[in-house]
Amino acid sequence: MEKLLEIKNLDVDFALREKTLHAVRNVSLSINKGERLGIVGESGAGKSVLGFSIINLISKPGKITGGEIIFDGHDISKYSYEKMRKVRGDKISMIFQDPMMTLNPVLTIGTQMMETVKAHMDVSDKEAEAICLDKLNKVYIPSPEKRLKQYPHEFSGGMRQRIVIAISLLTSPNLIIADEPTTALDVTIQAEIMDLLLELCETENMGLILITHDLAVVSEVTQRIAVLYAGRVVEIGSAEQIITNPQHPYTQGLIKALPQMAGGEKRLNQIPGMMPSLFAMPSGCPFRPRCEICLEKCSKEVPTLTELANGTQVACFMREGGE
Amino acid sequence: MRSRWQRFKESYFLFSFLRDPVAVTSFIILAILVIGSFGAPLIAPHDPYNPTTIDIMDSELPPAWSAEGTSKFLLGTDNMGRDMFSTMLYGMRISIIIGVGAVALQAFLGIIIGLLSGYIKRLDTILMRIADVQLSFSTYMIAIFIGAIFQTMFGVANYEKIAAPLLILIIGLAEWPQYARTVRASVLAERKKEYVEAARVIGLSKIRIMWRHILPNTLSPVLVISTVQVANAIMSEAALSFLGLGMPMTKPSLGSLITAGFEYIFSGSWWITIFPGVLLVLLILVINLLGDWIRDYLNPKLYKG
Repeated sequence: MEKLLEIKNLDVDFALREKTLHAVRNVSLSINKGERLGIVGESGAGKSVLGFSIINLISKPGKITGGEIIFDGHDISKYSYEKMRKVRGDKISMIFQDPMMTLNPVLTIGTQMMETVKAHMDVSDKEAEAICLDKLNKVYIPSPEKRLKQYPHEFSGGMRQRIVIAISLLTSPNLIIADEPTTALDVTIQAEIMDLLLELCETENMGLILITHDLAVVSEVTQRIAVLYAGRVVEIGSAEQIITNPQHPYTQGLIKALPQMAGGEKRLNQIPGMMPSLFAMPSGCPFRPRCEICLEKCSKEVPTLTELANGTQVACFMREGGE
Repeated sequence: MRSRWQRFKESYFLFSFLRDPVAVTSFIILAILVIGSFGAPLIAPHDPYNPTTIDIMDSELPPAWSAEGTSKFLLGTDNMGRDMFSTMLYGMRISIIIGVGAVALQAFLGIIIGLLSGYIKRLDTILMRIADVQLSFSTYMIAIFIGAIFQTMFGVANYEKIAAPLLILIIGLAEWPQYARTVRASVLAERKKEYVEAARVIGLSKIRIMWRHILPNTLSPVLVISTVQVANAIMSEAALSFLGLGMPMTKPSLGSLITAGFEYIFSGSWWITIFPGVLLVLLILVINLLGDWIRDYLNPKLYKG
C-alpha cells in the first residue's frame, strides 16, 4: 500500500510567556491512500491541534517544533505560507465541527463554492459551476441549480454540513481531515452524515482522518484508530482490535465508559481523575496518576509504542514485557 | 423565479419602512430636496451663475408675498440681486455633492485602513495611533490651515475653481478615523469566527478573505455611520463656508449664503439668511432621521416599544 501521509515524531509547542506547553509530543502516524484513520481522545488531548498542524494552520503562539509531515513525498511542514496555501483546500481539505459557523452568512452557497474552485483550478465560470453542481449531487442535495443561489440560513443543519462536505470535495482532494464533523448535529443526522462520508471516501478513494471523541462513530467508519492522551499516541491499531481488545489501560477505560444497550441499569464506568493540565505534567507516563495498574518504572520513564502480537502498538510498560 | 422588483415589494425592508411614518416623511422630503437640487438647471427660474442675467438693481428684494416683493422673485433676492430660490437650489446641490463626496473619501480610506488594522496584527498599532493623532486635530483647524494655504497659493480667483474638490479632500481626510475604528472593531469580532478559519483552510489569499468574506459582514455599522457622517460633512462644509473658508460667493453653498445674508440681517433683509438656514436644518434633519431608521432596521435588538 502506498503511503498518503506520514507524520514522523511531530512536536507542537505553544510558547506562552511563563512556560512552553507541549500540545503534541512525538506523534508518529501514517495513513495509506484511501484509508480511514480515527483519532480519539478526551477534550484537550491535542486532537484538533494535530489536525490543524497537518495543514499548518495552528493558531498562534502554537508552532511545529520538530518532526516531519510527509504528504505525497514532500515534507509539507516546512512549506512557506504561500506554498502551503496551494496545498490547502486542493490536496487536503478540512471539515469543521459546526456547519452553522463555517459558511459565510452573507454569501450565497454558489459564490462560496465557485470561489474555492477558482482558487485552485484554472477553469471558466461555466466549468466551475458544473463542478459545483456535480459535487452537490454527490452529497444528495436536491435541485442543486436552485440551491446554488441560496444563502446559508436557508438550509437546515444537516444540509449545511453536506454543503460543507461538498465544498471540501470540490477539488477532489486526496485527504480530508474531519474535525468532529457530527458533534453539532442531532443523532439521526449524525448517522446520515457519517454514512455519506464513508460512501464518498470509498467511491472517490480519499483518505480520511476523523477526529472525534465518539468511539462508536469511529469504530463504524474507520479502519484504524489512534488513541491520543495528553498529546501522545498511547495506542494505535486496527479499529476492530482497539474496540474488542484494547491494550492500554486508558483505552480500556474509554471502552468501559461507553453505555451498553444490554447492560441494564448499571452505573457507567468512568476513569478516575482528569487529564493532567499541560501546565503540570506528571513525570514519566502521563496517564500514571489515573492508572490502576502502574508500575514503579512508570513514574521515571515515558513508555514508547511497542508492537504487540495482534498488530496494535501500545505505549505501556505493562504490555511491553508481556504479563 | 420572482423578479427583483417583486422580491423588493415583498421584502421586510419595504414593509418596515412603510410602517414608519417618520421614515416615509423624511424620505419624501429628502427625495424632493435631492431632485430639486440636482434638477436645479431645469427647475430654477434663474441661473445664478450667469452674471448677464443678474441685475444689481434687483438686490435685496423681499419675498413675493410681502408688500415690496415682486412675483419674479419668489423668495426675494440676495445682496447681489440673485434670485434666492434658484441660488438656494444650486447651493444645496453643492452642499450635497461636497457632503457625499467627503463621506465617500472617508469611507474609502477608513474601510481600507480599518480592514488592514483589524486583520493584520502587525499593522494594527501603527495605523490606530495614526488615527488617534488625526482625531486629536480639529477638522476646522486643518481646514482653516489648508484652506488659507491654498487661497494664497492659487489666488482668490483660481481658488473658486478648486474650492469644491478641496473641501471634499479636507473633510474627507479629517474624518476617516471614524470609519477606520468602526470597521476595525467589527473585523476584530468577525475574524475569530469559524467561516474565516474555513476560508483559510480552503486556501484563499489574505486579501480575498478580507475583501470578500470579512468586509460584507462589517457593512451594517458602516451604513449607519454613513448617514450620520453625510449630515456631519454638510454641516462642516456650512461651518467652513460661514467662516469664509468654504465655497466662494460666486458659487455659493448653503453655508456661504447664510454668511452673505448675515451682514444684512440687521438692515432688515432677514430672508437672505433665514431661507438657506431653514433649508440646511431641514436637509440635515431628514438625513439624520433616515439614519435613525436604518439603524433600527439593521439592529433588530432595538425594537421601538
